Amino acid sequence: MSTAAAGHHDHDDHGPAKGWTRWLWTTNHKDIGTLYLLFSLVMFFIGGGMALIIRAELFQPGLQLVDPLFFNSMTTMHALVMIFGVVMPAFVGLANWMIPMMIGGPDMALPRLNNWSFWIMPFAFLLLLSTLFMEGGGPAGGWTLYAPLSLQGGDSFAFVIFSIHFMGISSVMGSINIVATIFNMRAPGMTLMQMPLFVWTWLITAYLLIAVIPVLAGAVTMLLTDRFFGTSFFNAAGGGDPVMYQHIFWFFGHPEVYILILPAFGIISSIIPTFARKPLFGYASMVYATASIAFLSFIVWAHHMFTVGMPLAGEMFFMFATMMISVPTGVKVFNWIATMWRGSMTFETPMLFAIGFLVMFTIGGLSGLMLAITPADIQYHDTYFVVAHFHYVLVPGAIYSIMAATYYWMPKWTGNMYDEKWGKIHFWVSTVFLNVLFFPMHFVGLAGMPRRIPDYNLQFADWNAVATIGAFGFGFSQLIFVYVIYKCIKGGEKATDEVWEGADGLEWTVPSPAPYHTFEKPPAQYS
Amino acid sequence: MKSSPHMFLVGKLATLSIAMFAFGYVVMPPLYNVICDITGLNGRTNSAAVAAPDGSVISDRTITVEFVSVINSSAAWSFKPVVQTMEVVPGKTYTTNYIAKNLSSGPAVGQAVPSVAPSSAAKYFNKIECFCFTKQEFAGRAEKEMPLIFFVEPDLPRSIDTITLSYTYFNTGEDPENLSDS
Amino acid sequence: MSLTSRLSLLAVLSLGSFAARADINMPVGVTPISRDVYGLHMLIFYICCVIGVAVFGVMFYSMFKHRKSKGAVAADFHESTLVEIVWTAVPLFILIAMAIPAAKTLIAMEDTSDAEVTVKITGYQWKWHYEYLDSGIEFYSNLNAEHNAARQVGSGIDVSQFDNYLKDVDNPLVLPVGKKVRFLHTSADVIHSWWVPDLAVKKDAIPGFINENWALIEEPGTYRGKCTELCGRDHGFMPVVVKALPAEEYDAWVAENTQAEEAMIADSGDGASAAVAAVDDDREWAMDELVAIGEGVYAQQCASCHQADGAGIEGAFPAITGSAIATGDHAAHIDIVYSGKAGSAMAAFADRLSNSDMAAVLTYQRNALGNAVGDTIQPSAIKALR
Repeated sequence: MSTAAAGHHDHDDHGPAKGWTRWLWTTNHKDIGTLYLLFSLVMFFIGGGMALIIRAELFQPGLQLVDPLFFNSMTTMHALVMIFGVVMPAFVGLANWMIPMMIGGPDMALPRLNNWSFWIMPFAFLLLLSTLFMEGGGPAGGWTLYAPLSLQGGDSFAFVIFSIHFMGISSVMGSINIVATIFNMRAPGMTLMQMPLFVWTWLITAYLLIAVIPVLAGAVTMLLTDRFFGTSFFNAAGGGDPVMYQHIFWFFGHPEVYILILPAFGIISSIIPTFARKPLFGYASMVYATASIAFLSFIVWAHHMFTVGMPLAGEMFFMFATMMISVPTGVKVFNWIATMWRGSMTFETPMLFAIGFLVMFTIGGLSGLMLAITPADIQYHDTYFVVAHFHYVLVPGAIYSIMAATYYWMPKWTGNMYDEKWGKIHFWVSTVFLNVLFFPMHFVGLAGMPRRIPDYNLQFADWNAVATIGAFGFGFSQLIFVYVIYKCIKGGEKATDEVWEGADGLEWTVPSPAPYHTFEKPPAQYS
Repeated sequence: MKSSPHMFLVGKLATLSIAMFAFGYVVMPPLYNVICDITGLNGRTNSAAVAAPDGSVISDRTITVEFVSVINSSAAWSFKPVVQTMEVVPGKTYTTNYIAKNLSSGPAVGQAVPSVAPSSAAKYFNKIECFCFTKQEFAGRAEKEMPLIFFVEPDLPRSIDTITLSYTYFNTGEDPENLSDS
Repeated sequence: MSLTSRLSLLAVLSLGSFAARADINMPVGVTPISRDVYGLHMLIFYICCVIGVAVFGVMFYSMFKHRKSKGAVAADFHESTLVEIVWTAVPLFILIAMAIPAAKTLIAMEDTSDAEVTVKITGYQWKWHYEYLDSGIEFYSNLNAEHNAARQVGSGIDVSQFDNYLKDVDNPLVLPVGKKVRFLHTSADVIHSWWVPDLAVKKDAIPGFINENWALIEEPGTYRGKCTELCGRDHGFMPVVVKALPAEEYDAWVAENTQAEEAMIADSGDGASAAVAAVDDDREWAMDELVAIGEGVYAQQCASCHQADGAGIEGAFPAITGSAIATGDHAAHIDIVYSGKAGSAMAAFADRLSNSDMAAVLTYQRNALGNAVGDTIQPSAIKALR
């Protein structure tokens, strides 16, 4: 089937095909990048809608709206959609758009594989979301799918597993493509240590994905066979151990956390130097810090499991290893601040989001340091304090970096400047509501509110009401984002090729909007 | 594209991902069990009989062994240790019993799963004979007294003064007659 | 730098009031370990605050001073080995300073030796079962029945009238003050986690495995906690309540309940023919009597899955209303409740309900919730099974 499509495209060197089938058969990295980004935007609103259902139920004590089982399936789905359907595809989309242009390559190394990687995603998510309408409802055992609870659900569980397999296959194919692109498509003469940091962080992320997504696939396959084919991997009666599932899951899960944040580090490392008009401080140490974070992510997984009953030596090891992660992460934060130091800063929307990232990601990082202290973690574990922590690193972390990247590179994609006024309004409204939403979660968590509960004691009522107001404010303020994107695609002030005064990098040497094919002849400056 | 320069790299990366799947699916479960056997990580004790100690090394102290029973929700049983605690000298061999009764009218198959707390004591607790080594078949409403012969190794760390041995009784669901649901 | 110092003053002031507020901070608790944990928590929190103030102070200072609109001209430096080594090494020292007290507390937490009382805690969907190994006392602990009624979707009951909404149970765990208590944690179905913040005790209850930890409560009082591992539909509705009594009162409680326990054993019909309860099982019960008791048992044991109105949840929990089993012949109906259904969430209630309670709930199911079979299941029929 692909021969015909490829044959068609091989002559089509001068521009995109006409009609909607352009998007179905495209092998162009910019088209596929756009598809990924739009897909992620749609999923962002689906996952966000689920979050609003959760927050609406938690607005006041007592159960008003939903059955607890449906509530559980909302928390489960919200996480799966946001992680696998929003953050990961958005990063892959940005990689598709930017990596070839940043390294002076004509396209991704494997364009047809690229097309497949994308088109698997919508099917995977249709499958996942359809389980909500099947008998027995969607998965309700938490996104971690801990056995034996996850095995109690209905037969729709099989579809959940298959959809995770599809997402995994898509991610692994996408990652292989990115690694091949970075190694084989760089402009002649560009060494690895001359690559922009976004490329570096993606290279490391891609390796993490290739290494751990198959482990997740293995774990969920075991769930599948335990549920339907009578194996006992996680059933004590047959000689298995439910805790083994947690070990295998978090062996995937912790590197996954860094998969969700390393590309963000790359984006921030591109944006801050531009708006400080000063080169990135400590480029080499940034690369080494990223690599050490990736390495450490493989040896800290059990810090998610301090209450399962590990031997003392194990708890000690995982506590120390986890604390160590704050060293390279700290180096990154210090480097960014040193980049800003004695720069000549302006604060356009991308810079605002980058600074928002820096401040709030650091808050999330510091609460992460608190969570690393095992005796204290035993109090924090599975409370809203943890919810506050990971939302601080994921929303103003991963999501803000994606928004920053969108504002930063959108003029290059569309050829038009976005509306700066509305961009800034988007930032400020989001940031205020985001903190109203997530900061009180620290309080209720410390005061004793467990996570994943649909109803609670009156002592938590005030802060939950505040958080819910923040959630609706944050959710609806994202419509501004959609408006700004729409307006920018439609028109606006024409962008220059360089777009930003302090911008540095190959992507700013091509015209705006970036032509359908760029760097068919490699740039010369590296040879 | 077939003969492109990428294929070697892609092949390596694809092999890596397949190897990681195999690591997760094929290697990790047995590896985990081996690690647990060596370290007592999850409090699991030996699942096959060990030889009785030769009696040459007897500890000079006495520890307490507690016997606990848990009935999994899948099983309509009553299940209790005959004695709740024993004073045990590490190095000597002891015998005790658990009594299990199938409370349902049809036949059923049960499996007892042992677990030791603290988990660091697991590797010092050895069973010479145990009803947990095999599945137990019960006729409807049948009752059995099932033996456990064990010893605690004399080099048990001094910091441990009490060992709790728990058995959880599961219904394996293997008898279709009894378990076919209406 | 005056801005930074003003900020830090503000931070210190607000921190002072933060530490004192129980509704937004971790409780200090009533055990030596919980106090240690609270100390660690506040120490690492203050360290994080200092780091935060320093890092953000420098950043905001730079943002105000080094902006283009103020005519700042960009410098061109982009590395400094010395600075980079310093900011790698300093955090490392802070971490080591932090790790030492943390490790000490951790070692103390794991030392369960020399316990005077041992309680086995078993998690069920969705209740706790407590068994005192020393005295043999055992009981289930369910969510307070009024709270349970109020928390149903659309119950129309104002939950703010309850003092400890969702934090109160029918039978609290009673523990002595001043004695080291060892907890053994396990589960009969899925993974649960038993948590009492004031005791700084949280441990997963894992089916087939046993975990342990301990507490030494220093002040009498009632301490409330929750299940903290997602365990299914009613995960939010299985609270933990610990009532800590002075040693003498605790001993009296144990003595009183050990006798009650013996009477209970007689009730289950194990040959104690003299006991009144056993005689009671043999008589013919009236339908009204069974339905009245059965309604309470149903609300406590069945309603969380099969729903208060018996409608169940499609695909997950079958309906009782109109069910072939609940309206069919006695043997099958008794069997599914008595023996459970393997491989599903339906538990075996043989060891959880007395003869009369099981007969009552069965009769209730047949004659309420929209069913009207019109017959009774007698306690004697359950007794005959044992």
